[in-house]
Amino acid sequence: MSSARAARWSRAYGASGWHLALMLASLAVVTYVVLTVGLAALWDPDVWWQSIAVWFVGAVVLHDLVLFPAYALVDRLLRLRLGPSAGRRATPRVPLLNYVRVPTLVAGLTFLLFFPAILSRGGSTYANATGLTQEPFLQRWLLLVLAAYLLSALLYVVARLRHRT
Amino acid sequence: MAESTTYAFPARLWAGIARRRPPGIDRIVWRSPLRGPWLTSAFGAVLLATIPIVIVTGLLSYVAYGDQARPTDVGWLRLPMFDWPTNPSWLFRLTQGLHVGLGLVLVPVVLAKLWSVVPRLFVWPPARSIAQVLERITLLMLVGGLLFEIVTGVLNIQYDYVFGFSFYTAHYYGAWVFIVGFVSHVALKLPTMVRSLRSRSFAQELRTRRTDTVPEPADPDGLVAADPSAPTMSRRGLLALVGGGSLLTFALTAGQTIGGPTRQLALLLPRGLDTGDGPNDFPVNKTAEAAGIRPGATESGWRLALEGAGASVTLDRAQLAAMPQHTAVLPIACVEGWSTTQTWTGVRIRDLADRVGLADPSGALVQSLQEEGAFKEAVLNEGQVRHPDALLALQVNGVDLSLDHGFPARIIVPAMPGVLNTKWVKSIRFEEA
Repeated sequence: MSSARAARWSRAYGASGWHLALMLASLAVVTYVVLTVGLAALWDPDVWWQSIAVWFVGAVVLHDLVLFPAYALVDRLLRLRLGPSAGRRATPRVPLLNYVRVPTLVAGLTFLLFFPAILSRGGSTYANATGLTQEPFLQRWLLLVLAAYLLSALLYVVARLRHRT
Repeated sequence: MAESTTYAFPARLWAGIARRRPPGIDRIVWRSPLRGPWLTSAFGAVLLATIPIVIVTGLLSYVAYGDQARPTDVGWLRLPMFDWPTNPSWLFRLTQGLHVGLGLVLVPVVLAKLWSVVPRLFVWPPARSIAQVLERITLLMLVGGLLFEIVTGVLNIQYDYVFGFSFYTAHYYGAWVFIVGFVSHVALKLPTMVRSLRSRSFAQELRTRRTDTVPEPADPDGLVAADPSAPTMSRRGLLALVGGGSLLTFALTAGQTIGGPTRQLALLLPRGLDTGDGPNDFPVNKTAEAAGIRPGATESGWRLALEGAGASVTLDRAQLAAMPQHTAVLPIACVEGWSTTQTWTGVRIRDLADRVGLADPSGALVQSLQEEGAFKEAVLNEGQVRHPDALLALQVNGVDLSLDHGFPARIIVPAMPGVLNTKWVKSIRFEEA
């Protein structure tokens, strides 16, 4: 292809011919995957929300439009209250912000990964598989979160004291 | 906006979409001074190095299941199947421990990577060319596939089957969609990643304190905030935070497969619970009650039926115990990522084949007293039947198996996925080459 034709192509399509080939190949493979799974397995007409297709798209929607806005909002509130520009002093000696952020993230991350255990969602399936109950997990998680906040508070006090000397 | 205002074909369409700005989109302001191509590429590089391990170990798990691999009828998505080896005995423990463990450990990195590129999600118009539309579709495969695999995996290892559909089907096909998205994303973005990583010195970033942290130079993709706030954290601080999240996840999960005293650290996982100190007090997968094992069926009336080459033999437990006994220390490793290593004693499976006239069996079908469920029977390959440590175990740690661990007799084969080590064995039919 001459460079003039290449430039015209790129203006029309928006990227190189190689880009188009890669995109079409990806689409072709995924179309094949979808056809192999079959619509019957992707879509449950009786309980629509227990469909693979719904969960696939739902995972993105939940992350992008629920989880991200939620943690961004919490962080914004924390920054407004505790950030470097908050309060009367322009530069607080030791900003409290990250000492709250980190244990909050510990709580959030562990909840996100282990909420089925923490909320005892396994029920009889869990009991059948393990011969145990999920009853201990809520208390363990609460203690873990408490430990994270206490440790962070301790480190904050140490940082304040070191800053003073 | 610093973005270019030129549109590719059909320009009127893109311009028309651009004019119809959704309400509220102009009120979204990106403030973080840390977002930028270097930061995104740093997270990207970590994922590029590690996600292939999760993919390969996951696909190996499908191979390890052999005849029991689900879903079946996968067309061209069928993997090159080979007889799953029996050596080293910790092979499945390693591959599946890596698949589940690394998968969990990477969750903080995945979330950080998505955070770093989230301004791209709210760009208006979402596309200025057909190329960008196609790229957005492959990004849906990438992000949708990754989140879908994480969500179904996290729920599955904790027995929360709220999703209703078959985990095996969903996780297998979801993986293929993700793999396609991942490969095309890497092919498109690898040059950008390399260029961005070279734009700043990593060592310099590790020396830069919060108060000296400045935003990256403005980039064509708009990751760098136009009007950033003062930094509340250095770039090294953010990297440490994400790495710390992964380290915490590692600390809370590794114990379920490393075992020993570290098992106590897996304090939020099913197999991190204290099961006691007795010889049979190690994690159970499926209780006898759940498997529907009738109380009488395992007692004195129990018989093991052996079949092969036209001969068939029936043995009671005393006859089995009178045969030569062999002891082996073997892990039992579950697809859910946990494992436990115990000392098993019983009859070699190949000695049982010998009893029905097959000195060199090529495989076997083992059936359980369990009448329902996907794993009431299992097919063993040639290596699994012939291995000197492949046992029909009668005892564990010097005492009879407990009912939940498969009394009166269970299969234990080196490196075989845990659930294929059939419990409450009723019959074994041997195949000949």
